[in-house]
Amino acid sequence: MSFATEPQGGAQPVSHPARGPGDRLTGLFWRNPRLLTALLIAPPLIWLGVVYLGSLAALLLQSFYSIDEFSGVVVREFTLRTYGELFRPANLDIIVRTTTMAASVTLASAVLAFPIAYFAARYARGRWKAAFYLGIMLPLWSSYLVKVYAWKLILAKEGIITWAADSIGATPLLNAALALPVVGGNSLSTSYIGTFLVFVYVWLPYMILPMQAALERVPVSMLEASADLGATPRQTLRRVILPMAMPGVIAGSIFTFSLTLGDYIIPQIVGSSRLFIGQAVYQLQGTAGNIPLAAAFAVVPIVVMLVYLSLAKRQGAFDAL
Amino acid sequence: MRSDRAPRSLTLAAIGGLLFLHLPIVLIFVYAFTTEERTYQFPPPGLTLKWFAVAWHRADIWPPLYLSLRVATVSTAMALVLGTLAAAAMSRARFFGRDQMSLLILLPIALPGIITGMSLRSAFSVMDIPFSTFTIVLGHATFCIVIVYNNAVARFRRLSGPIVEASLDLGANGFQTFWHVILPNLGSALLAGGMLAFALSFDEVIVTTFTAGQQSTLPIWMLNELVRPRQRPVTNVVAIVVFAATFVPILIAYYLTRTGHETAGGGK
Amino acid sequence: MTHAVEFQGVVRRFGSVFAVDHVDLAIEEGTFFAMLGPSGSGKTTCLRLISGFEKPDAGTVRIFGQDMGAVPPNLRHVNTVFQDYALFPHMNVRDNVAYGLMVRGVPRAARNTQAEDMLALVKLDGFADRKPGQLSGGQRQRVALARALVGQPRVLLLDEPLGALDLKLREAMQDELKALQKRLGITFVFVTHDQGEALSMADRLAVFSNGKIAQIGTPADIYDRPRTRFVADFVGSSNVLPPEMTQALGGPARWSSLRPEALHLAPAADTPLKGRVTGLRYLGAGTRLTITLPAASQVGTDLPGVEIAALVPTDQPLPEHGSEVGLKFAPSALHLMEGA
Repeated sequence: MSFATEPQGGAQPVSHPARGPGDRLTGLFWRNPRLLTALLIAPPLIWLGVVYLGSLAALLLQSFYSIDEFSGVVVREFTLRTYGELFRPANLDIIVRTTTMAASVTLASAVLAFPIAYFAARYARGRWKAAFYLGIMLPLWSSYLVKVYAWKLILAKEGIITWAADSIGATPLLNAALALPVVGGNSLSTSYIGTFLVFVYVWLPYMILPMQAALERVPVSMLEASADLGATPRQTLRRVILPMAMPGVIAGSIFTFSLTLGDYIIPQIVGSSRLFIGQAVYQLQGTAGNIPLAAAFAVVPIVVMLVYLSLAKRQGAFDAL
Repeated sequence: MRSDRAPRSLTLAAIGGLLFLHLPIVLIFVYAFTTEERTYQFPPPGLTLKWFAVAWHRADIWPPLYLSLRVATVSTAMALVLGTLAAAAMSRARFFGRDQMSLLILLPIALPGIITGMSLRSAFSVMDIPFSTFTIVLGHATFCIVIVYNNAVARFRRLSGPIVEASLDLGANGFQTFWHVILPNLGSALLAGGMLAFALSFDEVIVTTFTAGQQSTLPIWMLNELVRPRQRPVTNVVAIVVFAATFVPILIAYYLTRTGHETAGGGK
Repeated sequence: MTHAVEFQGVVRRFGSVFAVDHVDLAIEEGTFFAMLGPSGSGKTTCLRLISGFEKPDAGTVRIFGQDMGAVPPNLRHVNTVFQDYALFPHMNVRDNVAYGLMVRGVPRAARNTQAEDMLALVKLDGFADRKPGQLSGGQRQRVALARALVGQPRVLLLDEPLGALDLKLREAMQDELKALQKRLGITFVFVTHDQGEALSMADRLAVFSNGKIAQIGTPADIYDRPRTRFVADFVGSSNVLPPEMTQALGGPARWSSLRPEALHLAPAADTPLKGRVTGLRYLGAGTRLTITLPAASQVGTDLPGVEIAALVPTDQPLPEHGSEVGLKFAPSALHLMEGA
């Protein structure tokens, strides 16, 4: 072609004319970049704003309504009476029970998650790294209901744990655990111990991932520096690794805490007949038809989480998310 | 490769932890073959394949399966559109209300499902909306947006700089750039996000119980079987189906995004 | 006459920072023009104002006399070689180069021919079916160049195009780029922070500092006659002398510059300018001496420990570290600068 050998004259134009709506719109968006951003954001914003925030508003609205005790009809008038009902001993019991469970589950998850997260972050390389990643990711994503069901099988009176305890002669130990007041029960699948185990199992990956992310950020040279300065492995763990893992623990605890607070399937399938917040919400909106009280109950996890989040924020937990 | 090795106790604890996460799921498979149908006796007294045939012929399983597939498909499609738009907007320059928007996208999955469910239930009650497939989709699409968004936004951020400018510089307009440059590079991230959204929707039970009314998705069918069991091994067969329907998309999503810097699933 | 590129009072602000602060600039057609400056000096923003990825907050940008104020990047007949090449990773080399033709509707056969001609021009025949990921840095650079040139732009913009290459390849590419520009006659606007690159390639260059042009001229102008201390400091390795020192050396009380190669060693007894050798650095073509002048030398300066650099050619004997040496220079070599 001629272009490669001959110097250019002024033959070519300096700009091209717009060739249709595509070019004209591109020009419009170039002159007003905010217009494009606004057009892009509008559909998801409207969806989430109307469907989600609208629903949250409806939830709050419902929680300020009350129910007529005789007719069972929702009275659409503003009142704080429904919130007042939360403070009845039976309801307060439910709130305390759920919050205690959420705290214990969070604590246990953190303890169990640490070796996995630390190993995956510090020692796993190459294929092992991928194996660990998938090994944590698959249980996280695989069917929630199937996982809960699996534990119903494990904890059943005639199930694998009873069988295992029997095989190694630990049955007295199991019976002793079940005989404990409050947390014990007829079998593991009808006791708080069972509920607790399933909660820990189901939410554990949510603790491992942020913890691992936090630990990945600890440079090996820092650990070597600690050892070089004369710290024992135990001191390095206590003074360097654990503090560095803390933001991850807090980020993970937000998940475990919040998920436990709001769950109603696990205590329904594995556990005693005493209610958790989630079950109360579910029963109140369903069979009892008391939507206002159900809504007020649903506001409780929000409030607990907001308090927890504001505490976590001060610890810098959100940097690790 | 580093020369240092993990202490044996740490290795054992880590592998033990991984086994703890995986072994229970194996049991689901074992119990699908048991000959005992009234209890969860372990070890199973005998093994049989008949429950797969029984499940196949149970008429009450198919409608929930179809409903779940329909809901997951429609929700995923909606989440793909809305999540991609959100990611495209958020990866552009800072704008007023950007942080609030990212919180809003995250909220449906950050708050417990029961709150999302109860909120939608309240809204349907306030506005007298009858339960339908649409009410289920409304909830599912809402929490699936964040899944697609998380997968797309990192890729968008990488894309939005040089190669998009290169395309414009070479004379392509915005639509040509989207078609020839952005979409081919975004494709695998969107596919991964869509897979995960599908898996999440197909398996969802907490929000669904509040938005389904009398309808039954496959997870709701399973939940009913758990509370009032009939043929227990049939439930296991269905559990295997549900497990596979979530497991396979997750694996695909993982392999689609493995080579990139972002890997699918971190945001659940 | 019309210039290829013309800036008039161009301002680009990011928040309260002036990235480009009232810049006036004219680039003649057919020149190889370099924009030189440290990072954050505004040179890249100026390049993006020409390509259209930035819009001026005030002033006008003209290309061949036409105001670009309303012309988006895709309609400007200007192409860019991006810093990290920005090749499309999902297309092979041929499709990358033909991209600009494709979006303008050139039929496949014609655009493939043109693309392959262009690849031949940058010596990449036979690479058309590879993906960018299978090329070396130097090869990617050539693809980026071919892709930008295939549409026959009126102005070619190059954003630190050699930054990612190793030294040897960089020098080879400098010669090639220069030859290519001569042959095509297209105006090249080249952004770099490497003063050696700018001096050796450009016909004219502008030195940027804090969003303003500190000096504009031929490489010789800039190198021999820096107008300000910043230019003298940034371009090359000149001795920058404070007014007291200039005065002591026989000039007026102004800042001045003195090239190391303009200083010649002389016996200490023969000259008032003398000091102790405190550093020797071998540079290949010569040795750079650091000479510390005494606190109150006979020159009359009372500035403590002023250091001055001198370049000794390889064929001359080197003084010992720590020995006292004298320095001489031609009076015309002392270049006076503006400002305090």
